[in-house]
Amino acid sequence: MARIFAYIAHKGGVADDSAAELPAVASKIDPAQPPTAIVTGWGAGLDQVCESLCSTYSEVWKIAQEPLAYPNAELVRTALASVLPAGSILLVPHNHFGVDLSPGLAINLDAAYVPDVVEIEGVEGRWLKAARQEFGGLISAHVRCDILTGAVLNIRPGAFRAAESAPAGGRVVDKAAEVGPLSARRRYVETIAAEVGDVDITKEPVLVSIGRGIGEQENIAIAEDLAEAMGAAVSCSRPVVDAKWMDKSRQVGSSGKTVRPKVYVACGISGSFQHLAGLKGNPFLVAINKNPKAPIFRVADVGIVDDMLEFLPALANAVREESVIPGKRGGAHD
Amino acid sequence: MEILVCVKRVPDTSENEIQLNAAGTDIERDDLVYAVNEPDNYAVEEALQIVSRTGGNVTVVTVGGEEDEEVLRREMAMGAQHAVLISDDAFRESDGRGIAALFKEFVEAGHYDLILTGVQADDGCAQVGGMLAAMLDYPFASLVTAIEVVDSGTLKIAREIEGGCKEIHAIDLPCVLSIQTGINEPRYVGMRGIRQVASVPIPQLSAPDLALALAFAGKNNARVVRTDYFVPPAGKGAEILAGSREEVIEKLLDLLKTKGGLN
Repeated sequence: MARIFAYIAHKGGVADDSAAELPAVASKIDPAQPPTAIVTGWGAGLDQVCESLCSTYSEVWKIAQEPLAYPNAELVRTALASVLPAGSILLVPHNHFGVDLSPGLAINLDAAYVPDVVEIEGVEGRWLKAARQEFGGLISAHVRCDILTGAVLNIRPGAFRAAESAPAGGRVVDKAAEVGPLSARRRYVETIAAEVGDVDITKEPVLVSIGRGIGEQENIAIAEDLAEAMGAAVSCSRPVVDAKWMDKSRQVGSSGKTVRPKVYVACGISGSFQHLAGLKGNPFLVAINKNPKAPIFRVADVGIVDDMLEFLPALANAVREESVIPGKRGGAHD
Repeated sequence: MEILVCVKRVPDTSENEIQLNAAGTDIERDDLVYAVNEPDNYAVEEALQIVSRTGGNVTVVTVGGEEDEEVLRREMAMGAQHAVLISDDAFRESDGRGIAALFKEFVEAGHYDLILTGVQADDGCAQVGGMLAAMLDYPFASLVTAIEVVDSGTLKIAREIEGGCKEIHAIDLPCVLSIQTGINEPRYVGMRGIRQVASVPIPQLSAPDLALALAFAGKNNARVVRTDYFVPPAGKGAEILAGSREEVIEKLLDLLKTKGGLN
């Protein structure tokens, strides 16, 4: 069996959560072989990360080079391609960095590439069987991947549970010397912080969140009206921002804000993993969608199969009636 | 600037229910409505806007069959000057690497300063752009949300990263960029626009034109093969509130009150 490596993303001297999840993926590929961590970067932060990884990984390959101080995928790809042994299996978190790094890396390594893996079903000879999702999570697919010349597998963050294991007592192996000088035709300039909007959805306890199902810009008033009745704020998913109907600062998801409300009412949101990645703290999740097969119903606490454009105004009226005559409907006491 | 945009025809999820066929081998494709992959429209729009500032041409290309011509015509109706269909039975069931190899050979036969793709297509793989860049040995950036032409050899781009933040990079031309949705507002294409390009001949390239790619394209060269589709396990699953709309609202109000949803 080929040697398995886990690419470790890190920031400010701390390894990404995926560093604890990738060993669980590796053990599904080859239970007999502990994976090797591979980390790129520069300076004290990198040393700190490598040290902390020694409790999870028995071996940590460290590539310290000044141009790698910022994780520019164009440079990291060159570095990894020069140190990874032929035929290796590399696990990478499937996020904005993994999407940037891995397809090209697989070509450079002459390895197979499987993006956004959510499950490993096993290995038979040269074939690795994995599961992924298509159509924004509406349907899943099994794929068979030829690992004879190695593979780069991008793993969906959060899809594998971090394994509890005894301290690995690992050692750090310095691999910097195997990487030649790095220069990129894509040069990192700066990072621009997220826009600050009129409402800070990260601080709101109750969110009425709208997705593609809102249909058109005029309908946003329906959600705003319900939010006003409930004392909530309006947030949204990506398609609403793409259409320029709401400000980017209102977007919940991996490329938007991470929110921690008590109650989240998802209206016309299908429930892609990118959207759900922005929803933390286990809120009471209400999903309203006219498609009973929408993936959001798999994760919601309560589901309502209805047309949000008709349901929301009716709900807003009921909330207002309720606040005028509390308990009129004989509900639970607050 | 000469810009190539790689596009794909996909089932339109806003028009179809995506479900498993009886055998579980594929999605139910009878009566499926197809459209151009939505992110590809953003890529074509971005190409058109760049060309309107710098001059040059936009070419759209896809790998597929006769039926895929319709998405090329749609992008021509948006304003793309040229379209090319890469089509041969030998290319069927290529994996991402096979598709990238076909585009690579096509690119090397022409001259393009900039190659764009949509961020991802129906299969969510987001892979062909990055693979194509590696095969061509061009620089690459994914999830691009802004492009500024600095000079004839350099672009300044923004990439979308986590938490609503953006990364700014300088990137040398020629390069490959995958375009994130929301970068622009793709122009509307009406029936009239489609009719105007309905009879424009679209050149086709087949196996003899792209002979080198035959080592990568097609079913037998695929290293990654989808074996079947399945419906994912339900997980904990939502409690679906049943009854009339009034009954559902009554139940929901009670729950919202208990959970602190009414303030």
